Amino acid sequence: MKPLALNLALALLALALFLASLAVGPAELGLSESVRGLFAGGGEAASIIMREIRLPRALLGLGIGFTLGMAGAVLQGFLRNPLAEPGIIGVSAMAAFGAVAVFYSGLAGAALYALPAGALAGALAAVLILMALAARNGSTLTLILAGVALSSLAGALTALVLNLSPNPFASYEIIFWLLGSLKDRSIEHVWLALPLMAAGWLLIALSARAIDALSLGEEAAASLGIHLARTRFLIVAGVALGVGAATAVAGTIGFVGLVVPHLVRPLTTRMPSRLLLPAGLGGAALLLAADVAVRLVLPAGELNVGVLTALIGAPFFLWLVVRARREVF
Amino acid sequence: MRLAIENLDVSLSGRPVLHGVGLTLEPGEVVGLLGPNGAGKSTLMRALAGQIAASGTMRLGKDDLAALPPTVRARLLAYLPQSRIIGWRLTVGDLVGLGRLPWRGFGARLRPHDTEIVSRALELMDVAHLAHRPATELSGGEQARVLAARAVAQDTPVLIADEPASGLDPAHQITMMRALARLAGEDRAILVSLHDLTLAARWCDRVVMLKDGRLAAEGPPEAVMTAGNLASIYGVAAHITRDEGGLILAPTGLTEGGAP
Repeated sequence: MKPLALNLALALLALALFLASLAVGPAELGLSESVRGLFAGGGEAASIIMREIRLPRALLGLGIGFTLGMAGAVLQGFLRNPLAEPGIIGVSAMAAFGAVAVFYSGLAGAALYALPAGALAGALAAVLILMALAARNGSTLTLILAGVALSSLAGALTALVLNLSPNPFASYEIIFWLLGSLKDRSIEHVWLALPLMAAGWLLIALSARAIDALSLGEEAAASLGIHLARTRFLIVAGVALGVGAATAVAGTIGFVGLVVPHLVRPLTTRMPSRLLLPAGLGGAALLLAADVAVRLVLPAGELNVGVLTALIGAPFFLWLVVRARREVF
Repeated sequence: MRLAIENLDVSLSGRPVLHGVGLTLEPGEVVGLLGPNGAGKSTLMRALAGQIAASGTMRLGKDDLAALPPTVRARLLAYLPQSRIIGWRLTVGDLVGLGRLPWRGFGARLRPHDTEIVSRALELMDVAHLAHRPATELSGGEQARVLAARAVAQDTPVLIADEPASGLDPAHQITMMRALARLAGEDRAILVSLHDLTLAARWCDRVVMLKDGRLAAEGPPEAVMTAGNLASIYGVAAHITRDEGGLILAPTGLTEGGAP
């Protein structure tokens, strides 16, 4: 498929699902009513529902999905590993731990920004640790191993917090948050996360040439004039900003970053840089679709979107592993 | 463009690997880098390509090679690593097109001029007929030629190729060496490491022999690829004859005491 046609098709798909996300919810709003609510001023119920409930949710679905898809694509290209995903460098686990620590300290109720700030601090700590380790020994393998170790550590610390949690209600709240959801987010969440995610997209886009060259391995890439240390910084910082911000407002949403690049790659030339935009758009479409689905499947109880993506993603991952033996990347 | 190195010392993880190696590479010549496994051939090439730190002087033309920014270096010196890595299922044409990366603007497509250089590189390495095939699905020898075409597509005055002919069938070994000779004919300087002695003797203008990280012999093949040097450097006895194309060397056994 031609790159332009592919990007256009995916953008239209994401747009359609964005509109679908605006149209779905427990409140029975007609189409004209919701459009009027979105644009007309005033304090009518429709306007409040559209602007303060559904719009932030749809915007976050769009932005977070784009971030996860793009982050997955850049990491797979960078690490030359089809099983890489944003979680692999430990950023989402550390962000989750940061948020959980805020829950535990009781600060979560104090301010709207306390929870995202905790998650961002966790993501930042992850980046600093990774950079310190990667600076000492420049190989890509070190980065993966450090990321895996960091993820495990963050997981263990999160478990510790749950273990020490003062009452079952607090544990329940933490677990529920960890499952990942776009429900009941406000426009402030959008303003908090979107600029950081956009900065992440920019850093990732700057590494486009480098990930193409890295298809030939690190030695050949360096001989093509690629500055490997700078590339590593751009990608780790970009993924951390984007995924850190996403986790900060939505909790952990797994598998989108892993699955989407694989869904989109066969439609591209497989040149890693040519996958970034389609994977972002595909990620946005997938997360928006999942978020619409959770509202339709269980309108009353409402499934967490992170649970649904994991439910779809894990079997897909398994299929990927089976298929990987036949070398199809 | 002349490449001149003097007194090159390289240590890997604290272990000295190269000791005071000196070497010049003139435009228009193919220089063969020979020596047993572990003699330091790849290390020397990696140092020249700026992949590992080295002390000593390395000058490319008038410039200090080590001080050149990576993007500038990539337009002057191409390096074909020994490890043959193809990360994704790219087509041969796209993969060889990566050689144009140092010449491209940010995110820009290949211009007609780039495409022309790429197709010339494909022709030179006899892989033009594979241009639309996924590179991952080719045989090992075909992949080796495709990767070599990538380095050629960089269109640099200096090309450093680490064992480009290993794993190739006899016809394509000759194709490879003839391609390098043609590139030298365009006034480029070529440094190529080889294990096939006859190939080195017949296709290189000059050979440099390394042993234990030191320069052991250097000169035209006829002068330095002698029974004595092969015995002291490789530890092999060889049957050496000649025809109109140059020397023919066939190792026949180990010398007293075996491999060094």
